[in-house]
Formats: sequence, C-alpha cells, structure tokens
Amino acid sequence: MIQDTPDQSGRLERLVGPADQELSCEECFDFLDAYVELEVTGTAPSADARTPKMRAHLEGCSACRDDHDSLLAFVLSGRTDPG
Amino acid sequence: MTLATDVDVWREDPTGAAASTEPLALPASAGFAWGVTRRSSRAIGDAVTGDPGAPSDDWVYRLSHAGPDRDAAIAALHALLLRAARFEVNRRGAVFPNLHGADLDDLACQSADDAMMSILRRLADFRGESRFTTWACKFALVEAGAKVRRHAWRGREIPLTAESLSADADNAPLPDAHAEAQMLLIAVREEVKQHLTARQRAVFVAVALNDVPIDVVADRLNTTRGAVYKTLHDARRKLRVALNARGLGIEGERA
Repeated sequence: MIQDTPDQSGRLERLVGPADQELSCEECFDFLDAYVELEVTGTAPSADARTPKMRAHLEGCSACRDDHDSLLAFVLSGRTDPG
Repeated sequence: MTLATDVDVWREDPTGAAASTEPLALPASAGFAWGVTRRSSRAIGDAVTGDPGAPSDDWVYRLSHAGPDRDAAIAALHALLLRAARFEVNRRGAVFPNLHGADLDDLACQSADDAMMSILRRLADFRGESRFTTWACKFALVEAGAKVRRHAWRGREIPLTAESLSADADNAPLPDAHAEAQMLLIAVREEVKQHLTARQRAVFVAVALNDVPIDVVADRLNTTRGAVYKTLHDARRKLRVALNARGLGIEGERA
C-alpha cells in the first residue's frame, strides 16, 4: 500500500477531481455571467449559494475555470461598459 | 435546479409598439465585417448610452427590432466584443510564446465575429440575471480562449495512452516526493488500464495527466467540450473508487 501524505493527497485530488456534485460545462457557461457578477458585487445570496454546483465544476474543469477567471478579470477591469 | 428568478427579457416596448415576432435577421455585410458606417457611428451614442438604469432592456430591444437603431447597437456591441476578445487573447497569448501579434489579433477578430453570431442567435436565452454586457462579453471571452488554445496546440501531438505518465514525477522537487509521485503514478496507471474504457483512458491521460485543454481534445476526438468533460468525470469517478480501495484516502462522491 502507498503511504498517504499531504503532497500526495493534493496530487490525487487534482487527478481524480472534486468529490462534490457538479454542473456540466454547458450549465457552467449558462450561469457564468450571473455567478461572476455576484462574486464581484458580493450581494446575497452569494454566488456559491445561488449556484451550488458551480464551484466544484470550476475546480474540476480547467477550461471552464479559465473562462471564469477571464470573465471575472474583464468585469473587474471595468471594460464591459460600452463606448 | 433552481437558480434565479426567470426574467422575461421581452419587456414592455418603450415605443408602445408590439414586439417583433419575426426571426432575427443578421446584417447582410459580407464576412460579418461589422463595420461602423457613418450613419451608425453617429447613432451609437444614442443607441447605447450605458445608462445603468436599464441597459439590458435597451440592448435586447434594439438588437431584436430591425432598423437603424439595431445596426448601431450591433456596431457598438461588436466593438465591445472585440475589446473583450483582445483582452482574452492577450492574457492567453502570454502563455503561448509561439503565438504572435498578427495571429492574436486575427483570433480576436474571429472571436468577436463568432460571438456576435452566437449572441444574435441566442438573444432569447438572456434571462436578465446579469447585465447584458457581461452576458455578451462571456461569449467573446470563451470564444477567444478556445481559439487561442486550439491555435497553440495546432499540429502538436496529444498524448492519449497510459504510457505517457511521467510528467508529474519529473516535476517533483525532492527525492522523497519524487519517489511518492512515481509510486502514485504507477498506481494510477494500473487503475487506468484496468478500469477505464479506451475513450475514458484517452481523455483522462490527455486532460488530467498531461493538461491538454479540453476543447483541444474535443476537436481531436470530433466531439464537444461537454461530452469530453462528461467522459472525464466518469473516468475520475471510477478511479476514485479504485484508488480508494487501495487505501489512498480518496473521498467518495458527495451528494
């Protein structure tokens, strides 16, 4: 049997993904804009409370996580305003 | 799943006229060159004021009713989408040194055009749960991100077999960690071979073990990103059970 260490646990978690129930990529795309705005404004309910399976999907899907990080950065930059 | 209150985006017509029920007609400009004409340039300031009070209603209404205001709104939206796409390709381009300025700008323009097509086709999907501009920019950012990843991986071999599992071990910084990583990879490799289907193996090895972008794998396997992730999810669930049975401390799936 292989000894379990914190480093190894982290590596395994990354390989096998989140244990929580998660959204699909399509659902993630559908809810991403509202989720990001709730993250930015910090209003209740929180983004994770309103979309409970989103965080697990972002942990497991690097492409959706990239998309999330990009939209969050773009919104925070203030460049979504037209003109 | 209950998310947010559904919002009827086809709100009251501010002009008092009935909302058009005709299918959206895309502009006839060749190659989707969303050029701003002299007329629409003047109209942009009127069409899209950025009024924080009701900008989403304004965008949806103008984009869904034929006329000069729609042309102006399309031009203004395309400018916004191009800004978002350039933001994304510049972010992602820094990670891929083989991409150059002209390539990146071309990808940004293509992304803005494709995003515009998707937005006009899916206007009825906008539920008003975010600002319209955030919803719309999402399309451009996702398009641009996927295009950069595909472009960067064009012509590169994608590892799809369980034999290509050495990257993690090579990155381990200390001898002890290196040994642990090697043992772990041996265990993972054995379980991958024993429990996963051929397609699950290919997806798991490429995406989870070698960090190949999921949309690149989807292209190579001639399927969708969502389908690839579903395959990855199923593979991970099998491995979670198998590795847990080896005493590796993997938690079971939580409801």
